[in-house]
Amino acid sequence: MLVQNFSVEHLLQKYKQIRRELTPQAKVPVRIAVLGGVTTNEVVNLLELLLMAEGFQPVFYQSEYNKYYEDAVLEPEKIRDFQADIVYVHTHWINIEQFPSPACTETNFQERLQAEVERFRRIWQSLQEAVGCQIIQNNFEHPPLPVLGSLDSVSFGGQTRFVYELNLQFARAAQANRKLLIQDLNALAAGIGHTQWHDWGRWYSYKMLTTPEASLLIARSLAAMIGAMLGRAKKCLVLDLDNTLWGGVIGDDGMERIQIGKETGIAEAHTAFQRYCLALRERGILLAVCSKNDLETAKSGFQHPDSILKLEHFAAFKANWEPKHENIKTIAAELNLGLDSFVFVDDNPAERAIVAAQLPMVTVPEVGSDVALFPAILQSSRCFETVTLSKEDLTRAEDYGVNATRAALASKFANYGEYLESLQMTAEIDSFAPVYLDRITQLINKTNQFNLTTRRYTLAEIEAIARDPDYIALYGRLADTFGDNGLISVIIGRRERTSLHIDLWIMSCRVLKRDMELAMTDALVERARSRGVERIVGYYSRTARNAMVQSHYGKLGFTLETAAEDESQSVWSLAVSQYSPQNKYIQTRTLVHE
Amino acid sequence: MNSASIIQDLTPIFADILDQPDLQLNPDSNASNVEGWDSLAHINLVVAIEKRYHIKFALGELQDLRNVGEMAALIQTKAYGHQ
Repeated sequence: MLVQNFSVEHLLQKYKQIRRELTPQAKVPVRIAVLGGVTTNEVVNLLELLLMAEGFQPVFYQSEYNKYYEDAVLEPEKIRDFQADIVYVHTHWINIEQFPSPACTETNFQERLQAEVERFRRIWQSLQEAVGCQIIQNNFEHPPLPVLGSLDSVSFGGQTRFVYELNLQFARAAQANRKLLIQDLNALAAGIGHTQWHDWGRWYSYKMLTTPEASLLIARSLAAMIGAMLGRAKKCLVLDLDNTLWGGVIGDDGMERIQIGKETGIAEAHTAFQRYCLALRERGILLAVCSKNDLETAKSGFQHPDSILKLEHFAAFKANWEPKHENIKTIAAELNLGLDSFVFVDDNPAERAIVAAQLPMVTVPEVGSDVALFPAILQSSRCFETVTLSKEDLTRAEDYGVNATRAALASKFANYGEYLESLQMTAEIDSFAPVYLDRITQLINKTNQFNLTTRRYTLAEIEAIARDPDYIALYGRLADTFGDNGLISVIIGRRERTSLHIDLWIMSCRVLKRDMELAMTDALVERARSRGVERIVGYYSRTARNAMVQSHYGKLGFTLETAAEDESQSVWSLAVSQYSPQNKYIQTRTLVHE
Repeated sequence: MNSASIIQDLTPIFADILDQPDLQLNPDSNASNVEGWDSLAHINLVVAIEKRYHIKFALGELQDLRNVGEMAALIQTKAYGHQ
């Protein structure tokens, strides 16, 4: 996206014009309250453009300068009335009230620390009680004027030591409270450096503490967090081979002479980049190869003894002479992932340009051609930001490997039913249980294809639904002979008298064509029946990504009630008394949480 | 660069930030007679001017300026070292 590459002066000077140009594509509403200890307009304007470029339509509330505490604790109804989805508490070291003096004792230091943490706890608690939404709080950058010098980071009289401990307390608070996310402002300030971070003239003149460049860093990091919360996380990294994953051209040089390992600086840099890619894989990003090479030649590179990446680390591998954008489309289809969750890295600017032009939804960072910089550039693009790390994230790459084995197996059977039989599938389908609420929220916010209404929910909303007796809200897990797919489907049904309205129905594409939707329907109807529901109403609304479920309700035996002329919206219904169970291949069990 | 050419140079910057493509600046232009020149626009104008001329205004340098003409003179001194 071009806006990502604009300089801060361009964004600020052309703000109104860029905003106008982005308006048609800004569609997904998100309401953000910004409570600042400094003037926040610049960060908010930049954040607005970045979010609009990602398709969001942000609406902001901003506290008066330095009224973050008052707004949160004394008048939280202002933020409640604004109906914030997200509250961002943006404070800097300058807002810390309890800094110790150089003579401070350990006891006094601890008292001050607790008092400071308490002040912020009151803010978070009040926001949670009054508004119940997700809170993003940034931690603190190092104070820029440590009068004790290096000792400032050691002594109980040091402001630096105070910030260390305060940031640690914030981290602990966030670990214990899933609705509190910490933005690592300290890392942003360190990354750009203190002299590039603070602008004292702007502080004294406008109560704006940071340089425009620092404001852009803050806005970028925030946009990435919000994007990750609302389902814009990238899922697959597509990599070129020659002069990207290794130095040299394997077709010319042969496996023995490509540069990887420790022999030269270039070899070391490629090794480091491979290691970075492997680390991304370990945290849930799928890796794929897209290279102009003969397949066997390309694969031989990974037999190099110093190659960190091995063939089994790739969820897809395309080496041929087709255009790269065609190959990337094929990879997306094979992995059942949307192209907008793809990131493409290639040292060749011509390849980057054609992929960016042909597939504008694919993220193509300007990595340049110097491999030494690839990891840092990819990292600063914040493509792979995440706000939680689930068990599924940690095992996803393995699961995709196993999926390929399943696909190979399918071709061996006489018919599809026989194949499904052989998988010996078991499902756990039950009401929302506390242990799964994080995963449910995460799945809801990142599922785009098998998603009937594409409604997004915050963790707070999911928690409320789990408690509300007027909802029938189900999750489904599916396991088979190859392993556990984890929690892969969610239905949210809202009861109104004798009708149940299906506000949300999603399923992970990893388990497409496994009849899981039949098992979910059976469970849903059974529960609806036991609660006196007579009629189930399903809704489909089309997005750019969910055409695959346009006939979902029809296939399940629902009757079409109404449909828009262009079929972009439709309403379906099912008489509970007429329904008989449809699932044949999945053994279901219900844990008793209730 | 003289003061008049600096004003000419500033015009597209002001036009962008104030979102008025047809804006005409003259030496007498100031916050009270140019539409949209509020405090937030002012902050953005300062950023854009500092970047454009590779200068940094010191604290207080801007607060006594009465109009664009005086601003252009200050830019000329800071960026080119003479009046």
